[in-house]
Amino acid sequence: MKPTDIAAPDYFHKVVDCQWACPAHTPVPEYIRLIAQGRYSDAYMINWKSNVFPGILGRTCDRPCEPACRRGRVEETPVAICRLKRVAADFKDDIKQRLPRPAPKNGKRVALVGGGPASLTVARDLAPLGYHCTVFDGDPEAGGMMRTQIPKFRLPNSVIDEETGYILGLGVEFKGGHRIESMKSLLAEKYDAIFVGSGAPRGRELDIPGRKEAAGNIHIGIEWLASVSFGHIDKIGKRVIVLGGGNTAMDCCRTARRLGGEDVKVIVRSGFEEMKASPWEKEDALHEDIPILNFMVPVAFIHDNGKLTGVTFQKVKAEYDAKGRRNLVPSGDPDQTIPCDDVLVAVGQENAFPWIEQDCGIEFDKWHMPKVDPKTFVSTNPKVFFGGDAAFGPKNIIWAVAHGHDAALSIHKMLSGEDITERPLPDVEVSSQKMGIHEWSYDNDVSIDKRFKVPHRDKVVALKDIRAEVELGYDVKLALGEAHRCLNCDVQTVFSTSLCIECDACADICPMDCITFTANGEEGDLRQRLKAPSAHPDQDLYVSSDLKTGRVMVKDEDVCLHCGLCAERCPTGAWDMQKYFIEMTHAGSTCPTKSRSAA
Amino acid sequence: MTYIAKPKFHHPGLKKNELGYTHRDYEGKISTLCAGCGHDSITASIIEACYELSIEPHRVAKISGIGCSSKTPDYFLGNSHGFNSVHGRMPSVLTGANLANRDLIYLGVSGDGDSASIGFGQFAHSIRRGVNMTYIVENNGVYGLTKGQFSATADRGSKSKKGVTNTDNAIDLVAIALQLGATFVARSFSGDKTQLVPLIAAAIRHKGASFIDVISPCIAFNNHAGSTKSFDYVREHNDAVNRLDVLVGRDPIAVDYAPGTVQVVEQHDGSKIALRKIDADYDPHDRLGAQTFLARHAAKGQIVTGLLYVDPDAEDLHEHLNTVETPLNTLEADTLCPGSAVLDKINASLR
Repeated sequence: MKPTDIAAPDYFHKVVDCQWACPAHTPVPEYIRLIAQGRYSDAYMINWKSNVFPGILGRTCDRPCEPACRRGRVEETPVAICRLKRVAADFKDDIKQRLPRPAPKNGKRVALVGGGPASLTVARDLAPLGYHCTVFDGDPEAGGMMRTQIPKFRLPNSVIDEETGYILGLGVEFKGGHRIESMKSLLAEKYDAIFVGSGAPRGRELDIPGRKEAAGNIHIGIEWLASVSFGHIDKIGKRVIVLGGGNTAMDCCRTARRLGGEDVKVIVRSGFEEMKASPWEKEDALHEDIPILNFMVPVAFIHDNGKLTGVTFQKVKAEYDAKGRRNLVPSGDPDQTIPCDDVLVAVGQENAFPWIEQDCGIEFDKWHMPKVDPKTFVSTNPKVFFGGDAAFGPKNIIWAVAHGHDAALSIHKMLSGEDITERPLPDVEVSSQKMGIHEWSYDNDVSIDKRFKVPHRDKVVALKDIRAEVELGYDVKLALGEAHRCLNCDVQTVFSTSLCIECDACADICPMDCITFTANGEEGDLRQRLKAPSAHPDQDLYVSSDLKTGRVMVKDEDVCLHCGLCAERCPTGAWDMQKYFIEMTHAGSTCPTKSRSAA
Repeated sequence: MTYIAKPKFHHPGLKKNELGYTHRDYEGKISTLCAGCGHDSITASIIEACYELSIEPHRVAKISGIGCSSKTPDYFLGNSHGFNSVHGRMPSVLTGANLANRDLIYLGVSGDGDSASIGFGQFAHSIRRGVNMTYIVENNGVYGLTKGQFSATADRGSKSKKGVTNTDNAIDLVAIALQLGATFVARSFSGDKTQLVPLIAAAIRHKGASFIDVISPCIAFNNHAGSTKSFDYVREHNDAVNRLDVLVGRDPIAVDYAPGTVQVVEQHDGSKIALRKIDADYDPHDRLGAQTFLARHAAKGQIVTGLLYVDPDAEDLHEHLNTVETPLNTLEADTLCPGSAVLDKINASLR
């Protein structure tokens, strides 16, 4: 293999698995260390800059970082990154002084359609640069699906108000209750740019016999959740069936439990394991005594003269074809009818753009989705950008934020007369962590604690009050324990070939047997000859140039604990522990690079 | 030394030996030696050899004297018996322990000061008597603990870190061991684990006095130009006569070597050593030949490494003395004191 080019920003970025997996590339280990030091406001600001909604995401994020977390490959469970983010939000001081100041207007106007996470991120990035941002939303308050679709027992209004408030406070104009009905007329208002962040607002229908007749007791999940959120609905029948296996289904069933549903079931087509819902959301549903029945396909709504009485299901099993694709085929068991009073349909969301006229210069593909460039987020109309669920279909908040940052960058570049396809490299800061012979400026003593559980409100109390937040968040002590579980993957092991005397000290001390000195070879061959087996080929090998004996140093990054013992035991300083602080470059670098208060 | 303890986590894919242990289970405390010390590599090699042999840690007694090298038994086999003896007295303590209980595996760990200076006589007599042990000298040619004076194994003409030339002749412990009748004699280098680990494993399986001289560079005081025990010097002057694989029990002999290049030696306990010859003319069963070979190469400044001599059918001290097989601590009172009738019989035989 060729020597690893550690100067390429992506190499060490990939080693920070959590940050690499995060769509917004939040510098996770950096803020976790700040939490451990009790610097909650500093930790919050790192988050705020990167993902805009730390308090909201700290409760609701889909956390792509956690399955990626190296700790999950070292022991059973990853670091509770998401809930530590909430800790930063919960314990911070007043951070208003640290926010960007509303800037003098630069005379350019940007319209943002939809007041959800994507649009608000664009506004957050552009407003401090002097753009006049106007956010339009059909609902009276900002937040979009974060406010309407996520139940209050998971995300209280106070958190949404606070974090949308920070953005609107930057001089962003919010036009609530103002749904955009025509792209054409919006274009006619001569905005310099338009961003569409209107989400995937339509719940998918389930068109099976009985749907029309029993419509009074059959509700579309996201619409029902929104009605609950606005207080239009406050009760449901005793026996409820939720159809669908995603996170919306989990929100529906738990909400139903709080509105009078005593016998609430989730029924899914697929197997339990393949459900789209996050494992922790399934866990929370099961904890509230909601059974999840799988491999059952709804075939008919049963009703008695328009009054819903049950749902009939066909039993299926999974079969895999030669290509490994799953097919659900009838298992041969007799159909089963499950009685119920109400059904919540949460079988997916769809995009809908009835308000975008054909002749706006915005082309759509055969799935009726706008043609959007995945890097710049521009549509076929150079002034119109899409982001969030509106761009590529339903994803989640953190993806919407990532899209928002990229779209804001494009808008800023376009309106500055620059080429929007040229994207800036991330900002990288490298600093050695060495303080003394055996002292590092990070805590390298690896904690062996298991993941700490987030305390929950007592179930009886929680089920009685739909606005009582179920998760109480870590207290300071639990947060400190959990923060210590972080392996500091951003503190990189950096190897200098010229200093190495091949004494083997690093290979001997490495607790994970990551380091091998051996003859060079092709990657597949090298992976066979490592000191410990290479379990994850997607994890890079760090290969040195030729050493004096003609061998090379090969480090499998896979399960490195970043404990620094290789560097401590190295007699010549050939290994050094260096912190790589990698941060995405946003539009106009609206935030100062150093938003932290202390050195 | 290092302030933190070595993390308890280990690689999830670590292989386990027949006892279900990973090599991490054969570790001891974290080393307090200087960073990069060759001794730590020998520690790692002992761990690896014991792991590969699936040795039960509680069946090992590790015995040492004084010095950097003699500290190392604290860093491996944390669940074995240990005795840190007086300076240079490891061989005597080991001999005593071995006489009292022949069932344990005896691992003597010493250094060039401990074995070639203050304990030279002890070393000589334990070898001469054929004590069943593995005697490892971690040889760096320097007194590291007292900041870098020449030891008795430092070569004449080699330079100290301060630039002083050594005017004394060196003791070659391998040559002495050969002369005194050791039945397994090897030399290796801490920087070459592929050679060292199987040597230690074979030595442990050998019945009789096994002696391994391991050149182990002292990073702090003897790794400079002019030293003959530095990483660079040893790598440049290493003349390996063979490499070996230890084959224990049911493992079939790997036969991917060219014919005529492998010599299989079957040891007393049935374990086999496959010697891959590097020097085609070298015969590890010829004690006299080994001594001559060694002397000739030493004169040329070359360091001969590998398995230099082995007598697979060696006897040990217990056979010489016709001692009782049962460990003394498990002998019952009626065996130890068989009564006046037996005493009378013995007395009568001596009249």
